[in-house]
Amino acid sequence: MSEAAATGAAPAEGMTGLVDDWAADKQTYHVPWGKAMMWIFLVSDTFIFTCFLTGYLNVRMTTTDPWPPQSEIFALSFGGAPIPLILIAIMTFVLITSSGTMALAVNYGYRRDKFKTVVFICLTALFGATFVGMQAFEWTKLIVDEGVRPWGNPFGAAQFGSVFFMVTGFHGLHVSAGVIYLLWVARRIWVGYYDKKGYEIVEIAGLYWHFVDLVWVFIFAFFYLL
Amino acid sequence: MAYVPLADQELELHHPHSWVTKYVWSQDHKVIAIQYGGTAIAVGLVALVLSLLMRMQLGFPETFDLIDPNSYYQSVTMHGMIMVIYLLTALFLGGFGNYLIPLMCGARDMVFPFMNMLSYWVYLVSVIILMASFFVGGGPTGAGWTLYPPQTSLAGTPGHDMGIVLMLISLAVFIVAFTMGGLNYVVTVLQYRCRGLTMMRLPLSIWGIFVATVLGLFAFPALLVAAIMMLFDTLLGTSFFMPAVIESGTALDYEGGSPILFQHLFWFFGHPEVYIVALPAFGLVSDVLSTHARKNIFGYRMMVWAIIVIGLLSFIVWAHHMYVSGMHPYFGFFFATTTLIIAVPTALKVYNWVLTLWEGDLRMNAPMYFAIGFIFTFIHGGLTGLFLGNVVIDLPLSDTYFVVAHFHMVMGVSPVLVLFAALYHWFPKMSGRMYHEGMAKLHFWCTFLGTYAIYLPMHYLGIHGVPRRYYALGTTEFMVPATQDANTAITIAALFVGASQLLFFINIFWSLRSGKKADPNPWGANTLEWQTPETPPIHGNWGDKLPTVYRWAYDYSVPGAHEDFIPQNTPESEEPTVDAEHFDPDHDTSKADL
Repeated sequence: MSEAAATGAAPAEGMTGLVDDWAADKQTYHVPWGKAMMWIFLVSDTFIFTCFLTGYLNVRMTTTDPWPPQSEIFALSFGGAPIPLILIAIMTFVLITSSGTMALAVNYGYRRDKFKTVVFICLTALFGATFVGMQAFEWTKLIVDEGVRPWGNPFGAAQFGSVFFMVTGFHGLHVSAGVIYLLWVARRIWVGYYDKKGYEIVEIAGLYWHFVDLVWVFIFAFFYLL
Repeated sequence: MAYVPLADQELELHHPHSWVTKYVWSQDHKVIAIQYGGTAIAVGLVALVLSLLMRMQLGFPETFDLIDPNSYYQSVTMHGMIMVIYLLTALFLGGFGNYLIPLMCGARDMVFPFMNMLSYWVYLVSVIILMASFFVGGGPTGAGWTLYPPQTSLAGTPGHDMGIVLMLISLAVFIVAFTMGGLNYVVTVLQYRCRGLTMMRLPLSIWGIFVATVLGLFAFPALLVAAIMMLFDTLLGTSFFMPAVIESGTALDYEGGSPILFQHLFWFFGHPEVYIVALPAFGLVSDVLSTHARKNIFGYRMMVWAIIVIGLLSFIVWAHHMYVSGMHPYFGFFFATTTLIIAVPTALKVYNWVLTLWEGDLRMNAPMYFAIGFIFTFIHGGLTGLFLGNVVIDLPLSDTYFVVAHFHMVMGVSPVLVLFAALYHWFPKMSGRMYHEGMAKLHFWCTFLGTYAIYLPMHYLGIHGVPRRYYALGTTEFMVPATQDANTAITIAALFVGASQLLFFINIFWSLRSGKKADPNPWGANTLEWQTPETPPIHGNWGDKLPTVYRWAYDYSVPGAHEDFIPQNTPESEEPTVDAEHFDPDHDTSKADL
């Protein structure tokens, strides 16, 4: 069994390290339980989104009606000229920015800088809430102004609306849950709950947050661009 | 900050104080395990009754007026879904997983006990939702346990309105419950083992449960997505799975969906699900066989790798359930090949079980009866699987009773026999009392011979082309006249087996009150759960000090040892070992004259 685990020495690199980890007693990965659990959960969640996107690609092939022109539907007009996908571009920018602030929060967390950690977590949550707000705006626009419904729309294949509401809705739920999770973590840090336990929770929440961002990149690429 | 493994930490335990926190809102893995097990068995009894209703209809058509064609389909559906998911998955993982993982890993509890408790209560909610569908208008769904669209949502299918909605919601809720529990099981096995307990010293029970849980975490997402999409189709009128359908002359609002997509999603979950049920059974039966044969498990490492390889392969065989749906011949070739490759590690396991028994000092206790019975039924069901895995043989046999016989043998009877083996084997630890040996053996013979009487004739019916899922066969030209006689015989056997399960319940309830007080380690087993300071183990499992493991779980009949077993926490200085990690073939002490 691995001596590294017992003595706390730096684990070996590469294949040797892998074998050491799996041959060790007590624990396989040198991480807290919550972090291991979050990683496994995220792989499981990846399967969910993969199934959603695969299902989407499949119905896009089977539907008999033409697929609606997304770049026109998701365009906004500023001063008369429609700019394709501009709202989605802004939303994507906001979400990716929030990943940056999350990374800063993790960094300050490990430096035990309580104030800055909380500030950056709250900033991340704010960006997340902005994203969800813009998504609500997008949904309202599609439903009220353009008459898109899950069961049909004036532009073409009914599956367009079905997939749109299902996939962005499921992702939006993830972001909303993430915002609540981040605020909860921020509050607990602020009241000193993690002062003794350590700030790994920031990184664990960060893992979830980066995952939600990454999923959005795929949704953006497959649904809005393709 | 360096992270300190828990085995090296002093731990503060929050002991529950009131009856409610101890037995109802309990965070103790052992109580949660019993809650899971009790609920699963209760809901399994519902499924058992449903199957008997179906058999009454098939065996004595027009004699009993118990069910009509609609309720026959509803019974088929609910029987299948309950047995596979709410009984077997919940009992193996929620029940035995919860009970054995912390004990066999030398841990005090799961890593996140609160989430573990939540897992049970959410599971209970899913069961209640499922049972609620019996009481709504239209009744439960009658779409068959595979819930294939488009017929799930069409007016001709019973329960096409509320029944299917409740079924899908219940499945989604179950998946949430399973995910909370499953994450706990996986992280506990990976991160919460005691000193000296490496992965390659884990008992095979834990390996089976661990890999099955990983499969569940990656397979259930497909079912969740399928359930969400079908809920959209049913409630919002979308067309994910619904093609253009003309019903009674009127075109429905659906267009352009893909029913085949549902089949892919369903079976991407559905095939790993077979192994989610089978792998824990493989693990548990290995430990039962080894303990009662007083011999180390044959080829421990091979057994571990077989479990892992079966788990991996189970993700790339799903379309063998869809040969008749139509696919490119190359795909059929691919899926037939991967399916048959799975037979290799599976057969390896069977050989190793048999070789474990070979020249063993067999103690024919009731768990051993069930474990050996499992080897028979599993070989039987496995061999018919080879038939059905081939495209050309599957096509004529598909949707006949041959398929019913196959999957009942391989993932119905076999895991259930292991469940009984495991329940009898661990009952003394769970309750502190011994069960009644004679009654348990009678239960075995009734179940084992009875299930053969049910499923053997079904193979012949299937080869004759008797289709499954038919409410009544009537006078059909191509069927031999003996078909009805066979069906009647099967029904009588089924009623007998169903009734003989009472023996199990009588035994359990009688033993709980008046069974003989159990020895802490009545079987002379090596694994850690038998070495707890109290029987049944109390909250925290180990008293002041966590155990330390010095050897693998299979040091039985080691030459030179004081007894024919050496518990895992016995230091090497006190007893010799034939641990696979220290095994030296040039100095094979196990072959020494005993």
